[in-house]
Amino acid sequence: MSKRDSIQYAPDWTTVFYFFLLVTMGWISIYGASYDFEFEGSIFDFEQRAGKQFIWILTAFALGGAILLLDHRIFNYFAYIIYTTVILLLIVTIFIAPEIKGSRSWLVLGPVSFQPAELAKMATALALAKFMSRYNFKIKTWRDLIPLAFFIMLPFVLIILQKETGSALVFAAFLLMLYREGMKGIVLLLVTLAVVLFVVVIRFSISPITEGGGTWGMVLAMGILLLIQVVYAFFYTRHRKEALILLSGTTLFAFTSVVMNKWFVINYDYVALAIAGASGIYWLFIELFKRYRKYLLLALVTIVSIGFSYTADQLFNRILEPHQQVRIKVLLNMEDDPAGAGYNVNQSKIAIGSGGFFGKGFLNGTQTKLKYVPEQDTDFIFCTVGEEHGFLGSVFVLIIYWLLLMRILKIAERQRESFHRIYAYCVASILFFHLMINVGMVLGLMPVIGIPLPFFSYGGSSLWGFTIMLFILLRMDASRLERGR
Amino acid sequence: MINDTLQNRRWVIAGIFSAFVLLYIIQLFSLQIVETKYKTGAESNALLKKTIFPPRGLIYDRNNTLLVYNKPAYDIMLIMREIQDIDTLDFCRSLNIPTSFFIKRIAEIKDKRKNIGYSSYTPQLFMTQLNSEDIATFQQNMYKYSGFFLQNRTLREYTYPNAAHIFGSIGEVSWNDIEKDTYYKQGDYAGRDGVEHTYEKTLRGKKGVEILLRDSRGRIKGKYRDGEMDEAPIAGSNLMLTIDINLQKIGEELLNGKIGSAVAIEPKTGEILAMVTNPTYDPSILVGRSRSANYASLVRDPAKPLMNRATQAIYSPGSTFKPFQALVCLELGGITERTLFGCNGKNSSPIKCTHNHGSPVTLLNAIEQSCNPYFWQAFRSTLEKEGYGEKNAIFKKNYQDWVDAMYSFGFGHRFEDSDVYEQSRGNIPTQNYFNRYFGETGWRAITIRSLSIGQGEVLVTPLQLANAMATVANNGYYITPHLNKSDTMLLRKHETVVDKTHFPIVNEGMWRVFEYGTGRYFKIDSLSMCGKTGTVQNPHGKDHSLFVGFAPRENPVIAIAVVVENAGFGATWAAPIASLMMEQYIYRKIERKELFDRISTTVLNPNVKKR
Repeated sequence: MSKRDSIQYAPDWTTVFYFFLLVTMGWISIYGASYDFEFEGSIFDFEQRAGKQFIWILTAFALGGAILLLDHRIFNYFAYIIYTTVILLLIVTIFIAPEIKGSRSWLVLGPVSFQPAELAKMATALALAKFMSRYNFKIKTWRDLIPLAFFIMLPFVLIILQKETGSALVFAAFLLMLYREGMKGIVLLLVTLAVVLFVVVIRFSISPITEGGGTWGMVLAMGILLLIQVVYAFFYTRHRKEALILLSGTTLFAFTSVVMNKWFVINYDYVALAIAGASGIYWLFIELFKRYRKYLLLALVTIVSIGFSYTADQLFNRILEPHQQVRIKVLLNMEDDPAGAGYNVNQSKIAIGSGGFFGKGFLNGTQTKLKYVPEQDTDFIFCTVGEEHGFLGSVFVLIIYWLLLMRILKIAERQRESFHRIYAYCVASILFFHLMINVGMVLGLMPVIGIPLPFFSYGGSSLWGFTIMLFILLRMDASRLERGR
Repeated sequence: MINDTLQNRRWVIAGIFSAFVLLYIIQLFSLQIVETKYKTGAESNALLKKTIFPPRGLIYDRNNTLLVYNKPAYDIMLIMREIQDIDTLDFCRSLNIPTSFFIKRIAEIKDKRKNIGYSSYTPQLFMTQLNSEDIATFQQNMYKYSGFFLQNRTLREYTYPNAAHIFGSIGEVSWNDIEKDTYYKQGDYAGRDGVEHTYEKTLRGKKGVEILLRDSRGRIKGKYRDGEMDEAPIAGSNLMLTIDINLQKIGEELLNGKIGSAVAIEPKTGEILAMVTNPTYDPSILVGRSRSANYASLVRDPAKPLMNRATQAIYSPGSTFKPFQALVCLELGGITERTLFGCNGKNSSPIKCTHNHGSPVTLLNAIEQSCNPYFWQAFRSTLEKEGYGEKNAIFKKNYQDWVDAMYSFGFGHRFEDSDVYEQSRGNIPTQNYFNRYFGETGWRAITIRSLSIGQGEVLVTPLQLANAMATVANNGYYITPHLNKSDTMLLRKHETVVDKTHFPIVNEGMWRVFEYGTGRYFKIDSLSMCGKTGTVQNPHGKDHSLFVGFAPRENPVIAIAVVVENAGFGATWAAPIASLMMEQYIYRKIERKELFDRISTTVLNPNVKKR
């Protein structure tokens, strides 16, 4: 009896420590970011953002503590109910939410407004964990894969409808969890390949080779595909003869087309297409007639990638909204517009860069306080750290995040129940995705996608969402030593 | 522990996490430590460095009369990237400028070839030196023109329309100046000539800077670090000149309608009491925005009003050279006080006499009557007294002694230790010059005879002439002529090679000029005056009228040299001008009103614009 009680109250203190550290540093940074040189407000002034965040932090602690008091089994029992409730909330939000900064994602209840999307991550994680920990769950069967995709896509679509593309993208993070749970590694590689091809095609679509002769984007994309094929055959399946035949054949063809260009206008887009297409068919031929195995996938990947590359331009122009297109173009250095779309990132880099090694000191950052950096207390909060605490402070914060992520992975692997482990991986994946996008954006390495830095950014919804998510994990973890489950 | 092989995938995931964290640390390193451009970016972003210009030092005359002071002026500055939705037409109307000017200026500012170091983040000069009326409308409407602001400045203002060449003017610094002296920034102003230039470092003071915090919308959010990094401007030091502005004014009035100059020096101190040049201009026209147009028209004026004839023009001194010639010949033993030479008047050879007097003549009479033959013979005697020697060596040595003696009066070189701006060297011809011209042994005393009467190759500036006169007044030394009253320069004492004992007779000769000679009509009864007229032939037309002199004879307080170009006899124009200036300086007023009016209203050269 006494042992059970004591364990119930004993979460993983290391994680709690990291959590506490991040929340506190976030709070101080919010004070720094919203500090006004003329009205030197107190950090506890509830009219100011730092004061409000203080209230959010206190309530988050209370929430966390309350979660630790719950019976750990209710998460499993109520997983679908929580998921369904949140989904309904998301649907309701679409219709009743007022439009704030172009999105309909805030539920306004009197003086308090709340973003249900922040809870959707936790709810989806619980539902996925429950579904995947079923007896006889097999990730590779369509019977299980379709509901799985449904669990993820439903909140994703609803959040897209709320015009919160950034928050919706977070659901891609579940791929990492799925990978741990048995999804083929090739999927991650294919996603990476898709991103690389997309970036290459878009980035070099503005660089023509010759007039009317196609663009470097397509030629480079096809080159990458060809390289993958040759490396695959040469080193992995060790059919070196075939690899060399392909390499020499395509080189000859490419060379001929360059020479022909002296007399005819050659569109290299088509040359590249011909080479890549021919190579795809070549592998198919080898698979079918030479009975060499393992080439069917290569051939399929090649052909699908060719299709993807040739539609990437269209995807970019048709599906993405103009402001999203500009953000990506700025990131890829295709447009230089420091006063317009590039302004945010440029100012954010200036703020961080001006911090130097030691930083300018607490409350001495001029860039963040004088509002050069946009959203300086929410999405761009990391700028304040960079400017006032320099390289030292920024690296310190990153290291804490890294330690927290590593700690969660450790916690995940020590769970006896797959429900707990899957949930833990969900938490790690979501936190990582936020960190990667947010800090990457602030540092100019990722496109501007407005998602908060977990535990750091100003805002009750996100702080509560992440706190609930983390403390549910801690509660699950604390239960692993309990008897009589 | 459901699936052991899958468990290894945790390392792949941990690897992905770590890779991104590492990537971001590398990017942080590159942004915060490797790159420096972000630091300057941040400064130009948030810190508005406002230059506070110090008031320039005031300029006084020797009697503490304020001559040059400051009035407020404004520069219109702009920060290119903060200009938003400006109504150009409205803007131009408020400043009363044509739209074409606006477009041209903006293009000039953005042109990095002309405007080196241009940045859209930093304040740029749009228009400069406007007065308060110019900007009245603009100031009211300024809230409409984001990106534009006013910067306070001062402009020079002058109590008198005189002494323009002494003061010099202030102009925008060139890129050359900025490279030489990092104090200057583009758009700054500095003294271009005159004492404004010579004493630039004293007068300019030190610029201050106020560092303000500016938010992203350009609003000022107080002082950076509560002003601890600010620097207060230090006002320029005042400058007291040696000039007597009343004397300067009288001098300028007397030279009205004539081309020429007058320099007055206090012999004991070397202080320049007046330095008049005509044609001249009102110094206030070279101030502010009208400067460039007025400057251009002064440059085009054929009478060359920008030239300071007192220090830059060179003339043959003619008969005004005789007192110095006499002293040098006495010192070098060519003559004694009792030496007599014959004069055949107009029939004299090789140089005619222009005056009627008896023969033979003494030195005293020769000075009094300006006897050319006497000075030719004295000069020859000085150079030939020991014969010519092998290859004229002895003659040349004597000539060199003569040259050195003339140098010791301040002729033939600039006053390098003086603060007077832009002096000419003048010329005392060297041996080498004649060697080159006539061959090593091709010249003798007779060849260079015109030197004996201050004609030919001898060239002096009015300043040198006045200084040499001060040397005679001092019986053998001069103090470097200068304009800064607080710099006594008494250590800059230059002794002549002429012994003191030779001065009294020349002094008396010059006294006689006023008593009995060419200057007698302009003697002031209560004053014993010394002087010498000169009527100088020149290739440009009518003779130049020259005069040198000092007074009182017993205790000289003023030495003077006057040149009136192409005016005729020295006694007709230069002498009365000098006499009136001496009267003004010694008695502080002019009793000879009639003479003054006649001289000051006579226009000898119609090209000289009357002011």
